[in-house]
Amino acid sequence: MTIRVAVIRFPGSNCESETLEAARRAGATAELLDYRATSLGGADVVILPGGFSYGDYLRSGAIARFAPVMQAVRAHAEAGGGVLGICNGFQVLCEAHLLPGALLHNAGQRFVARPVDVRIERTSTICTGLFRPGAVVRIPQAHGEGRFVADEATLDALERDNQVVLRYVPVPGSDLPHNPNGSARDIAGICNPAGNVVGFMPHPERLAEATLGDTIGQTFFASLVGAPTSGAPA
Amino acid sequence: MTFRVHVRVVPRPGLLDPQGQAVAHALAALGFPGVGEVRVGRAIELELEAEDRATAEAAATAMCERLLANPVTEDFTVAVEG
Repeated sequence: MTIRVAVIRFPGSNCESETLEAARRAGATAELLDYRATSLGGADVVILPGGFSYGDYLRSGAIARFAPVMQAVRAHAEAGGGVLGICNGFQVLCEAHLLPGALLHNAGQRFVARPVDVRIERTSTICTGLFRPGAVVRIPQAHGEGRFVADEATLDALERDNQVVLRYVPVPGSDLPHNPNGSARDIAGICNPAGNVVGFMPHPERLAEATLGDTIGQTFFASLVGAPTSGAPA
Repeated sequence: MTFRVHVRVVPRPGLLDPQGQAVAHALAALGFPGVGEVRVGRAIELELEAEDRATAEAAATAMCERLLANPVTEDFTVAVEG
């Protein structure tokens, strides 16, 4: 049976098409889901894509959090179902308190759009299972509000409970800061204790087909559907 | 009664505020002396129908806790006019 994926489209989402395609290429049955939906329509995994939901008004993710579909997303998450938030989706998950912490304006005050190197810190999640633990992958990211913050106790708990999924690491030969936004402890992505709710800032769907130069991003989607990757594990 | 409510939301002390820093630098560049730390937040004004002032204040506080401010990173104040 193929995995069913729902990609939510909020007003202002803008990465839903490539996210949908990446899920389909990985072998999932994937459909867009309107933010006004009150059910996930039987989806096994729900993805909150990147973009600027509700224009980032108030705070990024603050209003999307109250979209009708989010009640179903919360119930799905609490029942152990897979939920992945990419970039703006990560912001929404934090605002919804499905993940701890918050994402603030980048420390450098600028929108930063460039590839980053991130280390896979945890493979027992819904979307990193096909990576080798500790693998470093280079994936695009593009955001103005990606500085992960949380109080020290929360950060310590995230480390202790192995909830850091992706961490920015130095890029060999690069003068640019490896941490593009000033995130606490170089955190690029986290998950809930069980690993079924994951959020991160980088955009794997933007590097998921050979035409774009690399398919490493596809490994996240292949992990999501439990499918074997086309190549060797990263 | 209709009350006018002023909500003020500011980044919590101790959190880096890049907007505030940028404003501080700009003020210094313009030659304004004596400017120390600057923090940039939001002011939200809303009209609120409520029985009395205390009810309006309680409602506005609940709005802040649920939506207008992020409890992880921001502090807020509520002032009810009228």
